[in-house]
Amino acid sequence: MLSAWLIALLQALLCAALAPLLVGWLRKVKARLQNRRGASVLQPYADLRKLLFKETRVAHTASPLFRIAPYIVFVATWLASATVPLVALDLPTAQIADIIVLVGLLALARFFLALAGMDVGTAFGGMGASREMMISALAEPALLMAVFTLAMTAHSTSLVSVMQHHLADGFLLRPSYLFAFGALILVAVAECGRIPVDNPSTHLELTMIHEAMVLEYTGRHLALMEWAAQLKLLLYGVLVVNVFFPWGLAGDFGPVALGLGLVAVVLKLGVLAVVLAVGETVLAKMRLFRVPAFLNLALLLGLLGLLSHVILEVGT
Amino acid sequence: MSLTVMTLLQQFVLLLAALALFLSFVLLAQPRLVAAIHVFAWQGALVAAVTFTVALAGDASHLYFSALLTLGLKALLIPWMLHRLARRLELERHTETLARPTLVIMAAVVLVIFSYWVVVPMVAQGLAFTRNIIAVSLAVVLIGLLMMVFRQQAVAQVLGFMSMENGLFLAAVSATAGMPLVVELGVAFDVLVAMVLFGVFFFQIRESIDSLDVDRLNRLTETVEVEEGGG
Repeated sequence: MLSAWLIALLQALLCAALAPLLVGWLRKVKARLQNRRGASVLQPYADLRKLLFKETRVAHTASPLFRIAPYIVFVATWLASATVPLVALDLPTAQIADIIVLVGLLALARFFLALAGMDVGTAFGGMGASREMMISALAEPALLMAVFTLAMTAHSTSLVSVMQHHLADGFLLRPSYLFAFGALILVAVAECGRIPVDNPSTHLELTMIHEAMVLEYTGRHLALMEWAAQLKLLLYGVLVVNVFFPWGLAGDFGPVALGLGLVAVVLKLGVLAVVLAVGETVLAKMRLFRVPAFLNLALLLGLLGLLSHVILEVGT
Repeated sequence: MSLTVMTLLQQFVLLLAALALFLSFVLLAQPRLVAAIHVFAWQGALVAAVTFTVALAGDASHLYFSALLTLGLKALLIPWMLHRLARRLELERHTETLARPTLVIMAAVVLVIFSYWVVVPMVAQGLAFTRNIIAVSLAVVLIGLLMMVFRQQAVAQVLGFMSMENGLFLAAVSATAGMPLVVELGVAFDVLVAMVLFGVFFFQIRESIDSLDVDRLNRLTETVEVEEGGG
């Protein structure tokens, strides 16, 4: 039991350590696709280190909430990512928190992020916060629909049960999984602020969403906010690859199984990042007022996933 | 029959049918005419693929011919004719403004649930593995009907009609392993003739009201003049 908790702790640390690497790899692939050499894969680590050691300035008008928010956002996101099985399957963290808790933790982080954006009272912060809340209010029902589709298949809302069920079934062509996969991808793109919804690599006043909220942050506060955003991307990536392609996850805590699990998840995330980079290079950012239609499609896919599970997959 | 006891080919049939249902939704909410014609062509191709896979999985060799007929007619010939019509009517860049698209999509979701509820007693009778598809095909028929009610543009209404026919064909394949060849040829010929007649009608409608917005057919010319005089 102790070793299980130890591995859970190690896995949570691994999540935090891998998150900047995923972003670095994504940027590198994107740069190569645009015929640039791009920065090193390790550049996000250097950025975080630089920000952590820089002086932290806070605006005169900021309330204590402004100072606390980065810690809450980071810890909530980190806890959420710790509940997703990354390398090993049967972990105690995943037993105490199911997918609904995960969605709730992400909502908590987002709530404080939006509050912090509005706290200083600048125009951009408020604008970014209101946009973020609009997107998340539309994305959350779609995410829950996708989650319910998975939960109905496995008869449990625990992520571990979902993955175990999928592994035990072997290779099945489930229409409901296909729809839930589409819904989850669309929600992940919207929630992580990737290209059709938000552009993470620009500070353009009229279009930015996430960057507008953290505009007033400096130093270690900014480092925590950036790190939390990277963790969120990793979390959604792990959710997508490990729920729909759970092959390679370690079933026991032996060193061989854990090593294989680590290699498998790194490979899967690497491939997912390449797909995401190609998508971001091919697509253009859409207007903000098109985003509701985009998320409606995600909701429709989630609903169709639920319905096709009931209609097509449950035998009498 | 649960999914776990089916063969991979049978699961593939279900997957294709679910995708055909999804394309019905896309067709319903697609405002661009040419894109909608392409979606319709893909749906026809999916129905043909379902027929082909049912033939493979169930050893029903007469279905190969139906699959070929569907592919040629629904996925190639009719979309080509519609595309040519759209070009000749100069509707290639036409974009319809849909009133309340989200509400219509939700209505379509309700139709899917309704068709499942209708089909449940029939499913209890026991059929082959394709019986689960009957609810899906009924939903495709109803969504096609909804599209004819909801769209104002005449070509889009014809697309709804044609996708209804797709749903009927899917139902025939899944419920009875296909219709007799004579019936099938007759229906195919009917659809083709309907397509030609629709083409003639499009030109007639446009000549008389100078638009393909069918809602304008409801108004009498006299009333419009009186209103204009009064206003």
